[in-house]
Amino acid sequence: MELDFDIIELPDTDHPTTGETAPDFTRPLVTDEYWEDVSLSSLLDDDPLLLVCYPMDGAFPATYIWNELRDRDFEGTYQLSIAGLSISTPYEHTTFIEERGIDAPLFSDPSNEVAEQYDIVNDLDGMTGIAEPRPAVFLIDTDQTVQYAWVADEWPAFPPYDQLEDALATHCEMKPLGQ
Amino acid sequence: MSDTDDTTPITLYRLQACPFCERVVRKLSAYDLPYTSRFVEPMHSDRNAVKRISGARTVPAIVDENTGVTMSESGNIVEYLDKTYGGAD
Repeated sequence: MELDFDIIELPDTDHPTTGETAPDFTRPLVTDEYWEDVSLSSLLDDDPLLLVCYPMDGAFPATYIWNELRDRDFEGTYQLSIAGLSISTPYEHTTFIEERGIDAPLFSDPSNEVAEQYDIVNDLDGMTGIAEPRPAVFLIDTDQTVQYAWVADEWPAFPPYDQLEDALATHCEMKPLGQ
Repeated sequence: MSDTDDTTPITLYRLQACPFCERVVRKLSAYDLPYTSRFVEPMHSDRNAVKRISGARTVPAIVDENTGVTMSESGNIVEYLDKTYGGAD
């Protein structure tokens, strides 16, 4: 049976790549308890950060991405922290965190300016006035340098999890056993 | 306060659009006190972070590490801010 569907190709972007500095930003960061303004750079004090840009909460790719990240439990293996970013409001993030059992805090950026800053904007057809980040992951070292970047070049798309895990194995220390 | 640069920001637990919280915000602003806002959920039962720090789930609540004070209820907080930071001006 031939499946007749379209994957949309996205144009080239000038997003930050390996060796470049990840642009700093401040947005409300939502946990299961509260949200407060937090800068990206303040999350880099101790460990590398995996910044996961994903479609708005409720879209099926958002659920798929976080389910996969939960199953892979990178934070259980490597010294790193994970934070998400979508255009959903703090209230939606709170619900999403609770419903999907997400361990990571989520940045809320309804204006999509962070995606503009990173040049990863995905204009959504048929939703006038709404744009969001393309699916993208950035591994950012404690000195704010990008160590690994993947940005979707088609839509829909999902992070290459195995390749991502290889990058984590290369750039992040292993967690001591028993922690 | 002449040395607010050395002051640890006061943590304010607040609810969006809560007038009692705005009352505290106005007072913090009046004294030019640095503060960080932590927004909590409207549902009382979802406010465990507040309960953990203050013993109650009500907002506003503040944590002032400069004095070691944690308290809730806007009337109390405003009075505390007046006493602690209002006198020196």
